[in-house]
Amino acid sequence: MRDTTAEDLALARATERRQARSRWLAHAVLGLGVLVFAFPIWITLVGSTHDVNTIGRGDVPLWFGGEAVANYVSAWLTGGAQTRTTLGVPVWLMLWNSLNMAVLIAVGKIAISLLSAYAVVFFSFPGRMVCFWLIFITLMLPVEVRIIPTFEVMVNLQLTNSMAGLVIPLVASATATLLFRQFFLTIPDEYVEAAKIDGAGPLRFFKDVVLPLSVTNIAALFVILFIYGWNQYLWPLLIVSDKDLETVVVGMTKMIGSGDQQNEWNVIMATAVLAMLPPVAVVILMQRWFVKGLTETEK
Amino acid sequence: MATLTLSAVKKQFGATQVLHGIDLDVADGEMIVVVGASGCGKSTLLRIVAGLETPSSGAVLIDGRDVTRLEPADRDIAMVFQNYALYPHMSVFDNMAYGLRIRGMPTAEIRRRVGEAAEMLEISQLLDRKPRQLSGGQRQRVAMGRAVVREPKLFLFDEPLSNLDAKLRVQMRAEIRRLQKRLGVTSLFVTHDQVEAMTLGDRLVVMHQGRAAQVASPMEVWGTPADTYVAGFIGSPAMNFLAASISDAGRSASLKAGPTLPFADGARAGADGSTITIGIRPEHVEHRPDGADALPLAVELVEPLGSETVIHGRLPGGESLVARLPIAAGHIGETLPVRLPPEAWHVFSAEGVRLPARAAVPA
Repeated sequence: MRDTTAEDLALARATERRQARSRWLAHAVLGLGVLVFAFPIWITLVGSTHDVNTIGRGDVPLWFGGEAVANYVSAWLTGGAQTRTTLGVPVWLMLWNSLNMAVLIAVGKIAISLLSAYAVVFFSFPGRMVCFWLIFITLMLPVEVRIIPTFEVMVNLQLTNSMAGLVIPLVASATATLLFRQFFLTIPDEYVEAAKIDGAGPLRFFKDVVLPLSVTNIAALFVILFIYGWNQYLWPLLIVSDKDLETVVVGMTKMIGSGDQQNEWNVIMATAVLAMLPPVAVVILMQRWFVKGLTETEK
Repeated sequence: MATLTLSAVKKQFGATQVLHGIDLDVADGEMIVVVGASGCGKSTLLRIVAGLETPSSGAVLIDGRDVTRLEPADRDIAMVFQNYALYPHMSVFDNMAYGLRIRGMPTAEIRRRVGEAAEMLEISQLLDRKPRQLSGGQRQRVAMGRAVVREPKLFLFDEPLSNLDAKLRVQMRAEIRRLQKRLGVTSLFVTHDQVEAMTLGDRLVVMHQGRAAQVASPMEVWGTPADTYVAGFIGSPAMNFLAASISDAGRSASLKAGPTLPFADGARAGADGSTITIGIRPEHVEHRPDGADALPLAVELVEPLGSETVIHGRLPGGESLVARLPIAAGHIGETLPVRLPPEAWHVFSAEGVRLPARAAVPA
């Protein structure tokens, strides 16, 4: 074997330098990304701890002030109504409404999609593919496109200003149906046949085999749909005028007044922080399931 | 325990005729192996018996009762699937108990039956595990256990051994056979593996293109195959087929490879000069170092197997011949003297159907 020469050593050192440089670059890019994403949240978090005048003056503080407790108590209990707000709905109520709406939408969507996907995959009935394609086509029609007819239907059904009116139009979900359909297609036919020989009827098979196998998928979808529901803006804005049904995403924007009123930015930012917490909690609590459901194909 | 009768079972998928009328009578406690290449309709046949497919015409009778239009659950059968089809989220115990629970059997009775089956299959210590924590052989046992606890009239096996490695397959094969004998349950076993078929079955159904080419005991199928398909399918290496024609008023065959040899078991019907096929199994080809009655075999490939040697070669006239000799012999390029003993011949007509000997012609 040949000895290591000075030339080889120089080459090795050059490689090392190059690797170190690209590592540094990668971290720099990552750091920048984190900064871009985290900065607005940081501003909000910091802003929610100052008094109303600091932000009112146009300052953008980068470090915490001393008014945190006062701001959050004010937002939670009154929505900042004691001074100049236009809304006056306590944030706890808006959070409660949002939570109800998001959970109902997520659960409703999952229940309906599971059943429709089950029907489309495991049963052969006339017009099965027509049904599937009809569901599939609605994927291309988001709420915004069909908002006027939907609104009219809800008005005719006298469901404006109700939780039902808030939730029902958002419940049918082509995306979830499609996802469950794709998952059901991976369930081997032999399970169906084994169940037939075991004497399990369709609903029994659904309850005993399909549902338990879908648990991770359901969890992943719940996270996505909960956040989808939580972030609904246009529909709640239209269908609800009753302050008792105000959701936090809509309510927050209503707290920002127009014209020459001074906004309570400190309270608004505290509200924003509070509005962020439930989705964050759902993601953190269901993270394990979420990742499993998106990546794992259990056989 | 029951009998199974299929009468003129036909199945069509669209324009494709998959089964062309299958008749079969299975006696109580008998193990029937349905064997054939892929696409021959053997799985369809099993699924029709299971009730997972409906026949286009014909009837299925279990223990004399017409079950053709009944649901699988109402037929009192149990099936073992190729990939076992164990419910992945249920424990071994729950997998075995599921069918019994659906039937509303009392818990104590379920526990007794599952316990007994587990004991018999030596999986008692696995009852709390999930299928994914089991090895292939263990899953296989659980799948059998699930069938056994039902105490059905009929066991149906759909290539249950094909996902196992070679060694385990041999072991499980013997176990299935023992279990079936011990329980005495009438069974239908589908496989594409001829060794499995030969070792497991009381009788074989050799399927070919949607027809039962032969229904007979393993030794009959091996010894007197009904046609060239069965002859070529059963036995390894496969039987050699040599072109020949009838001569000497039906008493002899003129081989394309050269010699004219008399039939050992008697004359055949047919005009002199009509085409026939002579089949001879590789293990019946004899090596004749002394050259008596021998044909020269030009050796093209030698496969030493230790106790014996498989030689692939060509006869004069260009037909290929495989010989399985009990000695280490042959080199590529060498010419080996071999004899094709007429007493080991299988004679087939030009259409490939077995041509039996006529009553012996006086010499």
